Amino acid sequence: MAQVSLEGIRKVYPNGFQAVQTTSFTIQDGEFVVLVGPSGCGKSTLLRMIAGLEEITEGELKIGDRVVNDVDPADRDIAMVFQNYALYPHMTVRKNIGYGLKNRGTPASEIAAKVEDAARMLNLTEYLDRKPAQLSGGQRQRVAMGRAVVRDPALFLFDEPLSNLDAKLRNQMRIEIKALQRRLGTTAVYVTHDQVEAMTMADRIIVLNAGRIEQIGTPSEIYHNPASTFVASFMGAPPMNLIRAEVDQKQVKINGYDALMVASEAFSGPITMGIRPEDVELDAQGQVKFHVDILEELGAHRLLHGRIDDQPFSVMIGKEDTAHTGETRIKLKPEALRLFDKDTGLRL
Amino acid sequence: MKRAGFDNIWLPVALLLPQLMIIAIFFYWPAGWALQSSFYLQDPFGFGSTFVGGENYTSLVGNDQYKRVAGFTIIYSVLVTFFSLAIALLLAVKADKVIRGAKTYRTLLMWVYAIAPPVAGFMGILFFDQSTGPLTKFFQMFGWDFKLGVDYNATATAMVIVAVWKQIPVNFIFFLSGLQSIPRSVREATMIDNRSATGRFWQVTFPLLAPTAFFLLIINITYALFDTFGIIDALMKGEPGNNPMTLVYKVYLDGFRGNDLGGSSAQSVILMVLVLLLTVFQFRLVERRIHYT
Ligand SMILES: Nc1ncnc2c1ncn2[C@@H]1O[C@H](COP(=O)(O)OP(=O)(O)OP(=O)(O)O)[C@@H](O)[C@H]1O
Ligand SMILES: [Mg+2]
Repeated sequence: MAQVSLEGIRKVYPNGFQAVQTTSFTIQDGEFVVLVGPSGCGKSTLLRMIAGLEEITEGELKIGDRVVNDVDPADRDIAMVFQNYALYPHMTVRKNIGYGLKNRGTPASEIAAKVEDAARMLNLTEYLDRKPAQLSGGQRQRVAMGRAVVRDPALFLFDEPLSNLDAKLRNQMRIEIKALQRRLGTTAVYVTHDQVEAMTMADRIIVLNAGRIEQIGTPSEIYHNPASTFVASFMGAPPMNLIRAEVDQKQVKINGYDALMVASEAFSGPITMGIRPEDVELDAQGQVKFHVDILEELGAHRLLHGRIDDQPFSVMIGKEDTAHTGETRIKLKPEALRLFDKDTGLRL
Repeated sequence: MKRAGFDNIWLPVALLLPQLMIIAIFFYWPAGWALQSSFYLQDPFGFGSTFVGGENYTSLVGNDQYKRVAGFTIIYSVLVTFFSLAIALLLAVKADKVIRGAKTYRTLLMWVYAIAPPVAGFMGILFFDQSTGPLTKFFQMFGWDFKLGVDYNATATAMVIVAVWKQIPVNFIFFLSGLQSIPRSVREATMIDNRSATGRFWQVTFPLLAPTAFFLLIINITYALFDTFGIIDALMKGEPGNNPMTLVYKVYLDGFRGNDLGGSSAQSVILMVLVLLLTVFQFRLVERRIHYT
């Protein structure tokens, strides 16, 4: 168990490409941190630098009290779970799980006991003598987990460990991994591009975009108070609505309509206004006209996709509410409006 | 295993026919002929032959020269196989580390592969030339008066070196592609699990290369036994004299120089049986043990 701190970490690949811009953050002992962002934003690069699989171009990485920039991956007291599991195909499940312990000079009897424990915890007992090729994807995933937990490391690193599983198994494993991490109390860094995983598993989320941190915060902070239009549109399904608006005499307006809310700061001119689809209500007396193009049935609720003037907009309604395509009116909850700079996309 | 179906039995037969004919004409027919003539004593001047039963075989058992050649063939094959595999593996592991350089590395080594065995033998002669050969000079630095084609040990050494040199590229290519087909994440997982690079190689990389290595082992034994004929012929410059030779070369020598077709046929039948055993061994082992899936 350990705290991990990154101090001005930067990564430039040998071909000159800067994959991670100067970055600093600290992960608390026992915390579950999720790195999320679109493909190619540098999540894996960051994780692999922590693992020691990728050289750190600049900055200082600490695991516990130790600076580990030049420490071998095997000596960093970490365990990593890979997207394709990276099991050793020629070893049985038992040997796969025990391999790391064996190389650390653990006595054979202790290895056997620990492997049995890990296998019991992950429901792998009956597969211990099989080779990876004789397992299903979900079982292989568990073996990869077993290999990580058996060593009782200071830090777990996960690189999209669930993305090769089907949706149902993914939901199940998501909960199991989270529960396991809670029980063991081991610090964890988890990379994913799936914002549902990020929201449900994380103590804290780090949103990355093009090698830069956009925001660090709890899932609720990230969801309700996105620091930029990028975070607003990346987190949440469907994403936050972002439309052009204007601040005039401390009043927020979308073109032609009444004031929607009072702007707290003294700025004026065009801005980007954001609101989550669930913070909008259908209301015949509503201030804003909304044209519904598509009705999307999701069971627990429904999504209406359409336009305000020419700008795309979505509304979420309950399963009891009636709705139809075509012209209607909506009401926006004033306290749910978020204002962003029109050009930089940063929160105002 | 997926099975492709043909409605008409004649189509597959027709498709296979050219291949089967080539095998029949160039392999089964001469093999059958060799088997038959191994039971006869041929008149050296071509005037008929006499049936002698197994005498051609039994006389080999007591033949000291045959035993000596067989002994040399074993040592030769072991040395050639071992060194060409070991050196190629070493080079492939090094090349794999600098994937960038691997391409030029690969091409450079492939050039050697493109050389025909007799040409390789001829180049060997240049290397080992008595007055100008760089390798002769190299050995002379260590006080070994290296006389190719005259001194038994010198010729044997040259045969091994040239044969190994010629075979390394093939092995290298196979080893390198074997290494590169090991998933990157598996190697990274070992880096986290094991601090020792040597341990990682022998416990993970090498077992994953085993199918490749075993296939190459068979290929190399066959190469050392049979395909080095051209090299050996070139290096002894047509003067068998006191020089070492392999069993295949002796087949040629006895049959075409010594005109003992019966004895030579018996020897080649023995070699055919050897190849057969090697093949059976290969299939057994590959199917039982080496593949992990
Ligand atoms: N070895 C390398 N050399 C040069 N550039 C690289 C190298 N590895 C990755 N990159 C680049 O660095 C950027 C970040 O890569 P990284 O693998 O960290 O992305 P990621 O966020 O994990 O994406 P994904 O979700 O697709 O896995 C990408 O633009 C990628 O092209
Ligand atoms: Mg990645």
